[in-house]
Amino acid sequence: MTQNQSLFFQKFGITPNDLQRYLAEALSAGGEYADLYFEYLTSTSISVDEGMVKSASQGISAGCGVRVLAGERTGYAHTDDLAPEKILRAARTAALIARGPGQQPIQGFKDTPVHQLYQVSSPSADADIAAKLELVMRADRAARAYDPRIVQVRGGYADELRQILVIGSDGTFASDLQPMARFSVVCIAKDGDNSARGQAGGGGRVGLDFFNSEKTPEYFAQDASRQAIIQLDAREAPAGEMEVVLGPGWPGILLHEAIGHGLEADFNRKGTSAFSGLIGKRVASEKCTVVDNGTLPSRRGSINVDDEGSPTQNTVLIEKGILKGYLSDKLSSKLMGLPDTGNGRRESYEHIPMPRMTNTYMLAGDEAPEDIIRSVHRGVYAVNFGGGQVDITSGKFVFSASEAYMIENGQITAPLKNCTLIGNGPDALTKVSMVGNDLQLDEGVGTCGKDGQSVPVGVGIPTIKLDKMTVGGTAS
Amino acid sequence: MSANTEIMSRAEVDLREIAGDVVARAMNGGATAADAIVREATEFSTVVRMGEVETLKEAGSRGVGLRVFQGKRAASTYSSDFSAEGIERLVKGALDLVRVTSEDPFAGLPDADVVGSLPGDLKLYYNDVYSLPPEDRIDYARRAEQAARDEDPRIKNSEGGGFDATTGRKVLVNSLGFVGDYQRSYCSITAVPIAQDEKGGMQRDYWYSAARSLARLESPESVGREAARRTVRRLGGRKVPSTKVPIVLDRTIASSVLGCIFEAASGDSIYRQSSFLVGKLGEKIGGENITVVDDGTMPGGFGTTPFDGEGVPTRKTIVIEKGVLKSYLLNTYTARKLGLQTTGNAARGLAGNPGIGSGNFYLQPGPHSQQQIIAEIKRGFFVTEFLGFGVNLVTGDFSRGATGIWIEDGELTFPVEEVTIAGNLKEMLNNISEIGSDLEFRSSTACPTLRIDGMTLAGE
Repeated sequence: MTQNQSLFFQKFGITPNDLQRYLAEALSAGGEYADLYFEYLTSTSISVDEGMVKSASQGISAGCGVRVLAGERTGYAHTDDLAPEKILRAARTAALIARGPGQQPIQGFKDTPVHQLYQVSSPSADADIAAKLELVMRADRAARAYDPRIVQVRGGYADELRQILVIGSDGTFASDLQPMARFSVVCIAKDGDNSARGQAGGGGRVGLDFFNSEKTPEYFAQDASRQAIIQLDAREAPAGEMEVVLGPGWPGILLHEAIGHGLEADFNRKGTSAFSGLIGKRVASEKCTVVDNGTLPSRRGSINVDDEGSPTQNTVLIEKGILKGYLSDKLSSKLMGLPDTGNGRRESYEHIPMPRMTNTYMLAGDEAPEDIIRSVHRGVYAVNFGGGQVDITSGKFVFSASEAYMIENGQITAPLKNCTLIGNGPDALTKVSMVGNDLQLDEGVGTCGKDGQSVPVGVGIPTIKLDKMTVGGTAS
Repeated sequence: MSANTEIMSRAEVDLREIAGDVVARAMNGGATAADAIVREATEFSTVVRMGEVETLKEAGSRGVGLRVFQGKRAASTYSSDFSAEGIERLVKGALDLVRVTSEDPFAGLPDADVVGSLPGDLKLYYNDVYSLPPEDRIDYARRAEQAARDEDPRIKNSEGGGFDATTGRKVLVNSLGFVGDYQRSYCSITAVPIAQDEKGGMQRDYWYSAARSLARLESPESVGREAARRTVRRLGGRKVPSTKVPIVLDRTIASSVLGCIFEAASGDSIYRQSSFLVGKLGEKIGGENITVVDDGTMPGGFGTTPFDGEGVPTRKTIVIEKGVLKSYLLNTYTARKLGLQTTGNAARGLAGNPGIGSGNFYLQPGPHSQQQIIAEIKRGFFVTEFLGFGVNLVTGDFSRGATGIWIEDGELTFPVEEVTIAGNLKEMLNNISEIGSDLEFRSSTACPTLRIDGMTLAGE
């Protein structure tokens, strides 16, 4: 038994017998499948603002969610009280989704083999608060030292340790101990009446040492400061269709919005996605191969097992421009007869799992990034983004550039004010004419929202050129 | 096993006692001031899709948050564990944490003479939200979806009809002697139909009705029909060439722009110099026709509470009066930073320092109907949905994806999609040339139809 199973068994006194009893109650009205999701989450956050540590907080949240499936129906109930009668009551409530004779839960639980993706010697959550505090203070000092025009600095550090235990009536018995740490810096630059903002951050399923060795507070602080100073001189972005070059890394949010959500199996099962029925069809230029990979070590979007207890995988979504597959959870894989790709995720025990992305990225091509820029007569080079959104059904998506430049006659010229790029998911990637050899993954800042549930994700992309995209500026 | 029995014996204890106990323990442990918040909520939700129940969810949850001060240092902890052991850990954690934070001369609870609670019944709680038997709740969701599907043959699919009900209770206790609590209820009906045209192009939209009492909800049928109407009018949407034309924002969309004004006027944005409204108090920032109000006291309002997240009574604040910025929206901390008085806008989650939250935040209506406003426009764009969040509050730069309907000779003509509209909030506030008479509170932020001139539409 692993350390983390023992938390639920020892601290909360749960026994394998209890688990059988809860599942039996959940299936007592004829449900076909039931699962229990136990979660114990501890979190810490600290922020520095105006050179002071104004806020520090720690918290604990624990509970159990009970889900019952009957055909396409889902019954769900949860409790933050792990007393046996409370879990039984939740199971009884969830059970009512089905109508029929009770089913017997299976007798033997099978241990799910799991990846070991988090090479964390000691989770950040256990580290001394003073060490975390020193990190945010270093960010504050580094940003202020970058340029006298940096007038406001806010640095934040947050970590959590999530212990989960997933028990399913199909024999699923999986647990995971998921660390997460994230650093962020926001700067305001001022020059006369002119103000600008810069933001940077990153992290992943890493320990505190990551911020001392790999990505330091100074690294994030200088990047946020650099962006704010550059924005002071930004000019109005152009309006209309033109060539767009995306820089490597975080601009991979294009893939997340343009195609990732549209390939989540639940939308396709219901026929509500613009990608419904396009498997085997061309949805991108042949230079594009896109995967969703939950098994990358230490990444923010990685997990050993998903929130239904299934191991994560590397799933090919688009291969040389052809749509290959969907991202699935247990319910959709059963109803659609597809493999379960281990993408069943949820925000917490209070939420019903559904197909979600992990780390979504495009594989590298063979062009040199400089050649891609040089090929553009007049266009936009976008390297940093604030966020994006997609309308799954119409396929229209946007993402908002927070750092972008004009490209004129093959040269990067003036920085541009914030602008939104808009496109149509099923054909945006058909306009990709060049793919760089410089694949990068993002720094580890992404949080994806769907149906009111937030989960951490990653994205990545090499430098790419889209021959045509609408840029939402104000200049003609 | 001991934890379980303690959880049970605590379950029925009054939430006020728990909050009071937490504050007393913190003070006994060496805090110089403290406040505690206890939240309890129940929720029910169901979605019916294509006539069949898709999800049914029922749950209760609780949480406690503690904030402690030691002199001018602050820290906080929160937990969902109400056992004696859990409470002890909550208090000890906060007292440990407060030793490492910085002295901040402006930190602290509100002044003792401003704490309090609005008297009287604010009409926030109606137990009828749970009065429907479970089968009828499902039926509400089913009826909303069915009405959408019956409304137009082009509604061929659906993300479902929904019915939600929640009730919640919040208790706040602080070491100044303030003890307050309130209960609120909420229920809603939604419909999310999908329309398909002969070429296979699909569009989705939605509509909803929300209320504090079941008796005030619109009928599931009216929600479903409106959702269908909003969805089918998007079919066949196309891009238009980039241009500058008058923009008319439907009121649900106008509320989103008003939400940006709220963020820009909030004390946190101001003292951090993160807003285009920094230093503009008393100055003209918009047209004469612009008056914006925050009112946390309106009976039954979605943004109404008897006291804010720090135990200060809510109030009515004129934020912009005839184009002049009259007040920021402040909590105790931001007011002290800026040398002003709190406006009772503290928002307190379980964790961290209080932020700024709105009451009922609205722009005062004007004289004309939406139809009259559109009728005056030769060529323009009526926006029914935004996509994305491309707003920079520091500079006021605004650029968002938009969906809507083209206006030609005062009439709504064909649907438009995959375009953006862009401008700057500073200029947009001065270029609101028409304000509709159609103010309606569907959530805590409400805005009538707006016509804004001078924005750029980017398309082909």
